[in-house]
Amino acid sequence: MNVLNFVNAFFSDSAHWHGYDGIPQRLLEHVHYSALALALAAAIGLPVGLITGHTGRGGNALAFIATAARALPSFGLLVLIVIVMGFGLLPVMIPLVILAVPPILVTTYEAVRTVDPSPVDAARGMGMHESRILFQVELPVALPLILSGLRSAAIQIVSTATIAAYVSLGGLGRYIVDGLYQRNYEKVVGGATLVAVLALVTLAVFWAVGRLAVSPGVRRR
Amino acid sequence: MNGFFDIPSDLQHSYQGLIGLHLREALLPVLAGLLLALPLAQLCVRFRWLYPPVLGATTILYAVPSLAFFVVLIDYTGQTELTVMIPLAVYSLVVLVPAIVDGVRSVPQETLAAATAMGFGPVRRYLQVQLPIAVPAIIAGLRVATVSSISLVSVGTLIGNQGALGNLLADAQKYDRPELAVNSVITTAVLAILCDALLVLLRVVLTPWMPNGTRRRPKTGVRQRRPAPQDVTR
Amino acid sequence: MTSTAKSSWSRTRHTGAAVAALTAAAALLAGCSSGDTSDDPLAGEKAKAGTVVVGSNNFAESTLLADIYGEALKAKGIKVTYKHNIGSRETTYGLMKNGSVTVLPEYNGSLLAYLDPKAEQKSAEAVNEAVKAKLDKKLTLLKSSPAEDKDSVTVNAATAKKYKLTSSSTLADLKEAAPDLVIGGSPEFQTRHQGLEGLKSVYGLEFKSFKALDAGGPLTQAALTRNTVQAADIFTTDPTIVKEKFVVLKDPENLFGFANVTPLVHKDGLSQKGVDALDAVSAKLDTKTLLELDAQVQLEKKDPLDVATAWLKSAGLA
Repeated sequence: MNVLNFVNAFFSDSAHWHGYDGIPQRLLEHVHYSALALALAAAIGLPVGLITGHTGRGGNALAFIATAARALPSFGLLVLIVIVMGFGLLPVMIPLVILAVPPILVTTYEAVRTVDPSPVDAARGMGMHESRILFQVELPVALPLILSGLRSAAIQIVSTATIAAYVSLGGLGRYIVDGLYQRNYEKVVGGATLVAVLALVTLAVFWAVGRLAVSPGVRRR
Repeated sequence: MNGFFDIPSDLQHSYQGLIGLHLREALLPVLAGLLLALPLAQLCVRFRWLYPPVLGATTILYAVPSLAFFVVLIDYTGQTELTVMIPLAVYSLVVLVPAIVDGVRSVPQETLAAATAMGFGPVRRYLQVQLPIAVPAIIAGLRVATVSSISLVSVGTLIGNQGALGNLLADAQKYDRPELAVNSVITTAVLAILCDALLVLLRVVLTPWMPNGTRRRPKTGVRQRRPAPQDVTR
Repeated sequence: MTSTAKSSWSRTRHTGAAVAALTAAAALLAGCSSGDTSDDPLAGEKAKAGTVVVGSNNFAESTLLADIYGEALKAKGIKVTYKHNIGSRETTYGLMKNGSVTVLPEYNGSLLAYLDPKAEQKSAEAVNEAVKAKLDKKLTLLKSSPAEDKDSVTVNAATAKKYKLTSSSTLADLKEAAPDLVIGGSPEFQTRHQGLEGLKSVYGLEFKSFKALDAGGPLTQAALTRNTVQAADIFTTDPTIVKEKFVVLKDPENLFGFANVTPLVHKDGLSQKGVDALDAVSAKLDTKTLLELDAQVQLEKKDPLDVATAWLKSAGLA
């Protein structure tokens, strides 16, 4: 398999390690785009998911919004927005956020909605305020599932952020698009490897967050 | 020649032609993915130790960006539709295997025991009991795979007009005609929504024992414990 | 028992229905191949015998030229299919070699720079000879047209003003300013000799950074207009140069050499009749004509195929 040779050649070329086109710079850009997009998507998806999940209302509307958002093609949206708005970070953020909101929204909603009703009723019976029920009873129990939604969203963002390179932004996609036009497979395979590794690191981060944040009593399996 | 539906001649397709091409490039891989996923999932159900490594491998494959996948395949399959369809089939497989495994595993032991007691062999039990009960989970997986497949075909435009409706995006840039990009995005989204709706319909038809589509939720206080929804977007 | 059997039967029926539905869907999709194309995409890799495949790169002028040459062949009764927007020369050359594409509109000096980055470019004839010597044995270059469209390093009006660059300035005059400037171009411009490498080795230009855009297309034009980049690789036939008051820097060392429109041809795929038809087109195509046709496509947004056929008719070639 010559793919491994490409990987080796790519990473051992010292020219790939510094400057505006170096791996550290491109990696940083990629993490920057991904983290920003995830933060924006979470800022939209989490509150809406928590509230609708808590009240149990609006499930159908949410499912509809999520379906519509998922149906929008990220790549097409990116190209369209760049044609209309020109370059910049915003044209990349819009499709990435639209990509990431549905998994966060839907899993958060489902997670809160499916919390065992007995402790919730007990809390309500004790006279707990609804917001305290949400944050102190439902949220801790729902957390593992909410994190899994965030995790899927993060993985999709990391993988999809590569398309930013097509509209001349940076990130690891730069190597893939440049490699396509320069017919340099070393770059393509190297770039794809970096993206896959970044995805695995993302998984590891979420695993660690899960270990730290999820109360031992709720941990499943 | 600036109309919304005036497709540039270099795409060599009419608007309807592009839609047909797009559906074919997007849906054949999902079908192929389903045909591969069914036996693979059954193996994972049979041999439990197989599931974690399969899940790990598929997660890594899913993280490989589609464009990189396309470019590497060009050397083997050329600048053809096949180059676009192979990665899409892999992504579908990745989404469908966990969906099917979780679905088949969710069949209660008692149900299986009842089937065995009725004299069902393993094959018949799989086809007539496990698979039908897993239908909602499989369709949920199919919905995710189909919608993402329809969206990803567009990226094929980067490897030489292999992106069907996505080719309109490249031409929108090349000829500076934004309306072509609008056309591409809207048409793709509508196709995705229609296919998604068809799959929901298929589920309703296939699972007559389930309440029709709407998942009604009991009022607060009588909520029942439900199994955690699977993480299908993985 | 009967009721269980019945429901089991009905379930079987539903599974059967699902299988039937899937099969029908598969058949429908397989048959759904976009009725209005003649070439089978899965078999499209090798050119079918007797059919000439005309390819084009991923920029508007390349599509236009492919349409012009392709339609001229059609007018002589030759069967033509198109493979448009393939990508960069790095990709199309490979497809020419393996016979997937028979005819490709090329630019002689740019092709030479790809085949042999060190080659000096003294005259158009010498360039063509040098290209033929370096070409794969199955390929050949036909007669060049007088129409020329070079790569160029072009700065926007603001940059020209700031560094006092005029239309008589050369690339060498950019040396002082280069470290402050971001240059844009197609991704392949970054690694080509007729690109960053040559700008450094021939003119000693080292830019602040490189921004990958497209092959002289709208991304590049927009980036230069909005000063996202201060200099860019723009084709000399680009109608936006005049419109946006861009300044094209002179190239006394001939880094960008000659770039006459010249068909690159796979020898086995094209008959003498076809060669004659292409030569006749090249003879009539000059830079002024090319500029006009480009403007029709890029500014007036006419379809390249319409522009191509209209010009062929007016030139008596179709």
